[in-house]
Amino acid sequence: MTPDQIIFILTAALIISSALMVVTTRNLIHAALWLVAALFGVAILYAVLNAGFFVVVQVVVYIGAIAILFIFAVMLTRREMRDRGPQLRKNWWLAALLGMLAFSGLAFLLINQADINRSAAVIPAGLDTLGALGAALVSPDLYLLPFEVASILLLAALIGAVYLAATRK
Amino acid sequence: MGQQIFLSGVLMQTAWLYISLFLIIGIIVPVVPLLLSWLLAPKKPNPVKQSTYECGIETVGDSWVQFKAQYYIFALVFLIFDVETVFLFPWALAMDKLPLFVVLEGILFILILVAGLVYVWRKGMLEWV
Repeated sequence: MTPDQIIFILTAALIISSALMVVTTRNLIHAALWLVAALFGVAILYAVLNAGFFVVVQVVVYIGAIAILFIFAVMLTRREMRDRGPQLRKNWWLAALLGMLAFSGLAFLLINQADINRSAAVIPAGLDTLGALGAALVSPDLYLLPFEVASILLLAALIGAVYLAATRK
Repeated sequence: MGQQIFLSGVLMQTAWLYISLFLIIGIIVPVVPLLLSWLLAPKKPNPVKQSTYECGIETVGDSWVQFKAQYYIFALVFLIFDVETVFLFPWALAMDKLPLFVVLEGILFILILVAGLVYVWRKGMLEWV
């Protein structure tokens, strides 16, 4: 096995085991912390793919903001942090079966794809990909309009969220 | 120029190895003392030793309680400006190679979001009450 494969398998094990902990642990705060571990595993996957910007975004936005927001939301809305009821519903095996079926169906389709063995496009050494992304974001014939619309979308999200959170008091 | 060298193939790999070295050391530094104290410390538990450390007064009731809603607003505002950073980071990298109107576009992006900050501020949501 190449070092890349070893890192991938270890990371995949980390992601899957922490994702399992997210849904099985009784303590909601612990579930949120396991979610942080799973998201961090995804950041490692991005690092293996040499996508540095995605690593930063994953850590800063998903772990730094969204997971923290989850923890805040849990601390605010729940008077009781621990679930006392059972973690499994009666027909959990049906959901497991359907999930397995969906997974094997997708795997079957993917394996039969013609270009499954095609290797990824090689980025020429020394190419400043992030600078190119920045230039594309603000170029008028590429993504300038979506860029500014994203700002308005964020504004709407901010005002809407703060309005909802404030009127609850 | 420095950045160009940094991004080229082999050195990029070395950079990731360097970061993972920090990660490994960051895990070892807290885990080793915990392991050592688990191995070396004599284990004679009693109720006072087992209780959670508190400076001064003992906790009244359960410590898993609801928190003040105030934190939530700050987290929401932080999340939005965090996402803004994702857009502004590539823009800031490309800024010095591109014409002036590109800078103005970025400033427009920031100004639209400043409107949101002004809204939150004027509504008194940033006050700690």
